[in-house]
Amino acid sequence: MAGYILRRVLQAVPVLLGTTFLIYFMVFAMPGDPIVALFGDKTPNPAVIEQLRERYHFDQPFIVQYLLFLKGIFVGDFGISFSGQPVTEILAKTFPVTLRLAALAIFFEMIAGIGVGLIAGLRKGKFFDSSALAVSLILISVPVFVIAFVAQLVFAINLGWFRATVGPGAPLQDLILPALVLATISFAQIQRLTRSSVIETSGQDFVRTAASKGLSRRRIVPVHILRNSLIPVVTYLAVDFGTLMVGATVTEGIFNVPGVGRTLYQAIIRGERPTVVAFVTVMVLIYLVVNLLVDLLYAVLDPRIRYAK
Amino acid sequence: MSSVTRETDGNTVNSQNDERPILEIKDLEVGFNTQNGLVKAVDGVNITLYRGQSLAIVGESGSGKSTTAHAIINLLPGTGKITGGSIKLDGQELSTATPKEMEDIRGRRIGFVPQDPMSNLNPVWSIGFQVEEAIRSNGIASGKKDVRARAIEVLKQAGLGDADRRLKQYPHQFSGGMRQRVLIGMGLAANPQLLIADEPTSALDVTVQRVILDHLETLTRDLGTTLLFITHDLGLAAERAEQLVVMYKGKVVESGPSVKILKDPQHPYTQRLVAAAPSLASRRIQASDTPLAELDIHAPAEAEVVDLIATAEARAEAREHAADLPPAIVVEDLTKVYKIRGSGEFKAVDNVSFQIAKGTTMALVGESGSGKSTVAKMLLKLEDATSGKIIVGGQDLNALGGKELFNLRSRMQPVFQDPYGSLNPLRNIGNTISEPMSVHGVGTRKSRQARVFELLDQVSLPKMLVSRYPNELSGGQRQRIAIARALALKPEIVILDEAVSALDVLVQAQILRLLADLQAELDLTYLFITHDLAVVRVIADHVAVMQKGKIVEYSSTDEVFDNPQQQYTQDLLAAIPGASIELAS
Amino acid sequence: MPSRNSQQNHFVAPLEETPLVAIDQVKTEGKPSNLWIDAWHDVRKRPMFWISSVMIFVIVTVALFPSLFTSVDPTFCELSKSLDGPGGDSVLGYTKQGCDIYSRIIYGTGTSLSVGIIVTVLVFVLGIVFGAFAGFYGGWVDGVLSRVGDIFFSIPYILAAVVIMSVFSAYRSVWIISLAIGIFAWPSTARVLRAEIFRVKNADYVMAATAIGVSRFRILLRHVLPNSIAPVIVVTTISLAAAIVAEATLSFLGVGLPSTTMSWGNDISQAQNDLRVAPQTLIYPSIALSLTVLSFIMLGEVVRDALDPKARAAR
Repeated sequence: MAGYILRRVLQAVPVLLGTTFLIYFMVFAMPGDPIVALFGDKTPNPAVIEQLRERYHFDQPFIVQYLLFLKGIFVGDFGISFSGQPVTEILAKTFPVTLRLAALAIFFEMIAGIGVGLIAGLRKGKFFDSSALAVSLILISVPVFVIAFVAQLVFAINLGWFRATVGPGAPLQDLILPALVLATISFAQIQRLTRSSVIETSGQDFVRTAASKGLSRRRIVPVHILRNSLIPVVTYLAVDFGTLMVGATVTEGIFNVPGVGRTLYQAIIRGERPTVVAFVTVMVLIYLVVNLLVDLLYAVLDPRIRYAK
Repeated sequence: MSSVTRETDGNTVNSQNDERPILEIKDLEVGFNTQNGLVKAVDGVNITLYRGQSLAIVGESGSGKSTTAHAIINLLPGTGKITGGSIKLDGQELSTATPKEMEDIRGRRIGFVPQDPMSNLNPVWSIGFQVEEAIRSNGIASGKKDVRARAIEVLKQAGLGDADRRLKQYPHQFSGGMRQRVLIGMGLAANPQLLIADEPTSALDVTVQRVILDHLETLTRDLGTTLLFITHDLGLAAERAEQLVVMYKGKVVESGPSVKILKDPQHPYTQRLVAAAPSLASRRIQASDTPLAELDIHAPAEAEVVDLIATAEARAEAREHAADLPPAIVVEDLTKVYKIRGSGEFKAVDNVSFQIAKGTTMALVGESGSGKSTVAKMLLKLEDATSGKIIVGGQDLNALGGKELFNLRSRMQPVFQDPYGSLNPLRNIGNTISEPMSVHGVGTRKSRQARVFELLDQVSLPKMLVSRYPNELSGGQRQRIAIARALALKPEIVILDEAVSALDVLVQAQILRLLADLQAELDLTYLFITHDLAVVRVIADHVAVMQKGKIVEYSSTDEVFDNPQQQYTQDLLAAIPGASIELAS
Repeated sequence: MPSRNSQQNHFVAPLEETPLVAIDQVKTEGKPSNLWIDAWHDVRKRPMFWISSVMIFVIVTVALFPSLFTSVDPTFCELSKSLDGPGGDSVLGYTKQGCDIYSRIIYGTGTSLSVGIIVTVLVFVLGIVFGAFAGFYGGWVDGVLSRVGDIFFSIPYILAAVVIMSVFSAYRSVWIISLAIGIFAWPSTARVLRAEIFRVKNADYVMAATAIGVSRFRILLRHVLPNSIAPVIVVTTISLAAAIVAEATLSFLGVGLPSTTMSWGNDISQAQNDLRVAPQTLIYPSIALSLTVLSFIMLGEVVRDALDPKARAAR
């Protein structure tokens, strides 16, 4: 187990270096003065330009610039936003909101996705299964911003069940609708994955052996079928987190949720590139950490990995 | 102690003299719903099993033997269902029992030991958890402590000495043999009246297989459990059960006392099976003191040659003229060391030396992990040797350059074990057989086509197969194609890596005969790699027994069988199923 | 001792009832079949395959020949008709700028489809090159290629495209947006292929080919790749749908195609503020987008069922 963790952490190091380098490269491989180009046709605050120059060390060779940028990330300096506010400060305000939204969305999609997937898998080929497939295919096909608008229009504006935009302080009840919208993106995937995993596990020899021991169906389904089927679903969570962050950018923008995603959304809309780069970097870092955590969770779920030499 | 002599042993548990059958199957029919309608897998099967007896159902794959076993405990896979007949356990009808009633019967009254120990334990739960849930669900014990105590007792009974320490461990930390013990323990946890063992040891090495079967036998006798055995091995069935039921295409073709059926099979199918079972053949060769070439074989009922003794005889005849020939392969001090991450080195092959005379067969025998297949891979230059020499036709394999190696490859060809993996599923048979010729630039397109037809004829397959794909063929047919491909370049040496191990006995006997005929016809040299010593008796001139990377015994086949020098060889010989059956009348 | 009475009789079935069949008989009827032939037979029996195929055919036709489906110029807009509902000359009504919604949807099809196809080709080629070499050659080649894949995989491709598109805001075009999406979307394809090649390359037929003397590269091309490509085909069909969604998302965020380019994403983005007064401006392009994505997703689902033995068993 310790060896597994160590190996995973060591594998994450080159990936971390590579991703930060890629982002840095994408921004600063542009022709001309990157700082001026970074603002495009906007007129930036001279103080901001000065701070950026300082941060990106343009008097230094390219590789040194990158290393200093990397050092900044390590000490928690993600640069400053277009308006001159340190990104770390904005993060401190917005991150907890996004965390709540994401947790709520993951909760919804896991409950619904695993529940529906389990039933569909156990009743493969029946009406429930076909309906679940139809709903999934439609949900996968409709882009999240369309779902968000339609949900806003129907449930908030027409029916008045929720507030159309999130109020100050982002109370939990206001986050339910955006979280549900966010959950639809991955619900379909989780449901399909759970279903195929349940069907595969149900056909395994050990399930028949469990029945031959005299266990009841009520015990076999959760203990031997569902438990084993969860392993690939948890692995999917890691991949899913990337989708979730893109989704959060869109939904937070539409529902005006004061989180990391909306900050990024507004920065993109307004063309504030330094802020965009800083926040994408932050999101990629979070994504890497989540992936590492899911790898560890995977080891908890699967003893074959936990006890591997 | 074998079951055949068991009747004379005093047996306290069975003395209650209950004469009602414990299991009575009448006209059982089981069908599977497929795209082509209902397919009958079991068709009118009758089986009666009395208390304290042991009965074996024998048959090839697809005979319906496992389906019958699964029908008894009502755990048919997929779309399978009982479509007719009755199954009575101690007078109680099972085919119409409710799911709840069946739950009570499974485990408590009928125990089940499945086939593959690798896939029958849930990998995410500990051994203790899985044994304990069996105990709890059958109401054998309640309360954490009692259940645990009973779990330890069950596992100890099944032969896991350090059970208390091992409860917390997971299946992947157990060897195959230990897992099978756990499964046996679980099957017997609730002291069922009847234990169904579905090929309980087929996936295990022969020596482990023997130990486990011995243990199962003593255990069921001591507990007074009636045993229903499912197996494909006639020798094993006869050795372990008093009664035999032979199944063929969903029907019972013959049933009755084991020894009687074995000595005097009546149905032509049973006759075929007896003639083709390697374990019995090697026993029969052993039993007759006459040299093979002089053995008088009565022709089998059908024109098709499946009698292994006939094969052995034909081979021995051909061999008589092949004395003192130069070696085709010389292997000297061959060693292969693998580096393992974290734990240093592993010597897969350790100083192995042997030679094979031209036109003869040498068998390399060993259990899994003995290094026998690694030797084959080094000979074929699929892996590089760490040290040592391999000389093929006078050329040192290690000293060869790319071009010379390429040329040498045409003289030495392999046939591998897995009939389902040995042919590229996306290339048709014609392309598969002609590939060696096109790679080596032999002949024109037309002459290669003619050669493909000739090769198909040599392996007794119809010409029309050239445009077909492997997934349409049976395992035996695929192995024939693999042999045809191997022969395409007219090699001198063929390396057969477990080439017949995955086949049903009758098909196996057919392929063995084909190999013997081809050898006589084309003067081939064979290196025959196998775990099955019984087959060796029929096919090989010399035997090298491998254990943990080393050759422990190396001699002529007769010498190894008649006069084994090493304990390990003796154990292997003793583990051939049917070894204890007296067949010589 | 077992009781004497339970001694069983020797039963032999009559030969007429249990006739013997030749051992290992060759089946000669039927047509040749392999994975692809079987998959085709399987697929053409499914209504979902025909529905999605017809939908895709229509979409491609619309994309290639938009003028066949409308005579209205999508760029001819009259502010006087701003947000008018359907009726008169217009089937679906007008946008805020007074352009015909139906005509804009017809002309926007080509954009979505082009991005989808370019990204898919890019992802397919990069995925196969990286996946095949990493999987087949293993060792340090695998180590290097897989780490490179990990790096690209670690940046969600839409976020990466957001950065690229905001940096290259002056050069927005169908090609640039496709590159921006594709360059970060290939690792999942490469991973699928790599895993499949790892499985296939140890098959006995690969060893047999080596023993014949077939060169490594030819083994990869002839034996390994054809047998590992099936799951890649499935992933590729789905990635076409994902690319179309990605383009729309980027356009929606305002870092996609310039507003002069006809694009469903742009139209949806511009319609968002008029959602309450004129929902049709948002709903119709959304339906077009969703149906297009759905047709490819459905095709992917059918293809997966036909090609993946696990999915086959799950039906």
